[in-house]
Amino acid sequence: MDKLLFGDNQFFGVNHMSEEKARMQAIRFQDIRAVFDVLDAAYAEGIKTFMCTTHDRVAEICEHVRTNSQNYSGFQFYPCMPYAHKYANAATEDGMIGAIRRFTPQTGLLNAAIRGGVSLATKDIEGITTLLIDAEMTMFHGLITPVIFLQNVVTDLLLGLGLKRAFRTFADHVRDRYQAEPGFITMNLPMLLDALEEVGVENPIVSSSINKIGFRMSGGIEAYERALRERRFRAVAMSVFASGAIPAKEALSWVCSHPNIESIVFGASSRSNIRSTRQLVDDYWHKSRTPR
Amino acid sequence: MVRIAIVGLGKMGLSHLSMIRVHPDVQVAGICDTSKYLVDMLGKNTGLTAFTDFETMLQKVNPDAVIIATPSRFHADQVRTAIEHGQHVFCEKPLSLNYLDAVSLASLAERKGLTNQVGYHYRFVGAFQEVKRLLEQGAIGTVNHVLAEAYGPVVLRPKGTSWRTHKEEGGGCLYDYAAHPVNLLNWYFGMPDQVSGAVIDSVFSKDTDDEVYGTFRYVNGPSAQLSVNWSDESCRKMTVKITAWGTAGRIYADRQECQVYLRDTGHAPSGYVKGWNIRYTTELTKPVWFYLRGEEYSAQLDYFVRCIGSNESTNINSFASAAETDRVLAMLLSDAQQETAPTESTREPVKSALFRR
Repeated sequence: MDKLLFGDNQFFGVNHMSEEKARMQAIRFQDIRAVFDVLDAAYAEGIKTFMCTTHDRVAEICEHVRTNSQNYSGFQFYPCMPYAHKYANAATEDGMIGAIRRFTPQTGLLNAAIRGGVSLATKDIEGITTLLIDAEMTMFHGLITPVIFLQNVVTDLLLGLGLKRAFRTFADHVRDRYQAEPGFITMNLPMLLDALEEVGVENPIVSSSINKIGFRMSGGIEAYERALRERRFRAVAMSVFASGAIPAKEALSWVCSHPNIESIVFGASSRSNIRSTRQLVDDYWHKSRTPR
Repeated sequence: MVRIAIVGLGKMGLSHLSMIRVHPDVQVAGICDTSKYLVDMLGKNTGLTAFTDFETMLQKVNPDAVIIATPSRFHADQVRTAIEHGQHVFCEKPLSLNYLDAVSLASLAERKGLTNQVGYHYRFVGAFQEVKRLLEQGAIGTVNHVLAEAYGPVVLRPKGTSWRTHKEEGGGCLYDYAAHPVNLLNWYFGMPDQVSGAVIDSVFSKDTDDEVYGTFRYVNGPSAQLSVNWSDESCRKMTVKITAWGTAGRIYADRQECQVYLRDTGHAPSGYVKGWNIRYTTELTKPVWFYLRGEEYSAQLDYFVRCIGSNESTNINSFASAAETDRVLAMLLSDAQQETAPTESTREPVKSALFRR
């Protein structure tokens, strides 16, 4: 994985700090060409991995990259699925089971099981998981997707419920069908690492909030630091600026000083911000990894 | 260790189950839903003891406490059953579709000395807690007006088969959305003495309401306006906002931040200055043991578990306070039914001495 991955929150009106800012960003990126411009700026700065939700608008970005592939040599996507609001809204309209049925085929074993009210035990988790992965991956056909992530709201829901087998199913399907590495986004890193180990997902790619103030690091900042030192996994740090609560230099120097962080995912809306983040990371990363 | 059973495994129930199952002081004693498939699947894959009948579950596993997250019309009966079994209860909002039921449940729980809480999670959001703290300190002086809003993209077409799309089951914008800002107003200012100008209308829904507006008056207190619409696609997700104007400043808060403007009165609360003050969620939010969809959802469940341990009787979001919210929703409904559609004739404005300060 590259040192820096480009995130997509800024493009879709997601801002954990301010609804006003979120709206301003949604307005700014309403025209998809404004998104392309920022992605091009990131590409020009050497940031060629786009870690993105399987939002409807990402399908437009995928199409753009496919059509103009000559300009995007080496550009890769790390899809993060599912786009949860789509399923949450379906559940509000038709209930949980109604939502599952809406997104799964109307025939076959799974449908019969739901109608019959008898679970197929592990089989239906496999069925639902693989069907949903395939549906979400359609938009990325013909593109490079070396890592496929499960979004935190689903990872953490399954983690809490104890449906750990689904992690293994996700990992196996992503490897077998897409020749990609499975990744997991979580707000509960220490707990997730235990669960992944239990179901035999080895040396997993895990993306979680890692920031100096411990924001959204459930389990506590010490447990995260211990995990980084002692556990075998490939860490992707997100929320490194804690939604802007930590100044850039301070945030990045803290993150870069930690061992075993393979990548940092960040969002930015201008080339100058992208560049300054890249320069700071280059600088701190190099310093912290040079033997003294 | 508190043994908790949970009934109703829809969106809220599953998320409560997920959070509570990994709470260090909780053991999940049983899960229950009318969808046989769902409980069977969860039972087979997680080892939790699954039921399709609520009373059977209570009898078989005899939990210490129950989380009730069924469709709203079932709340009152299930809460009563659980309390009569001697169980502490956390119930999703609204507590009841009939506020008199809610009042009687509150006194029943109190008589039995059982912890009782309703899932108004906005009272656990750091920014709204900061508003409460500032109002109690009189930071913006005498409050003269409040705007309580909630918007979101829930119903954007006249379709749907779940209970949430049916009025008689407690579906609709009034119970699902408006309950939240109403609950915050009650927390800040108590019961309104008068509700008027209520509008409870459909935008898209066939069987229920999608927008709720109204004016509240408090004797010796502010006036408030409620503006709620769950058919607003311009919001990415549910957005609740409170704005309060006072003689010494203004407070604005949503889930993300609290913006406070203070006039120069020399009485700014500690850490605040005259002019603009912004407090973000990053500094207002306390960490939780497990994060699923917002710290407030975890925090309210943790609070419930701790209240059980401490025999706290005047807890946040008690049944008694939720009953007041149900009562305001009933006042809105009753006023909306009396309000007549506008006509050409204009009415003379009526001035009431009641509300003069």
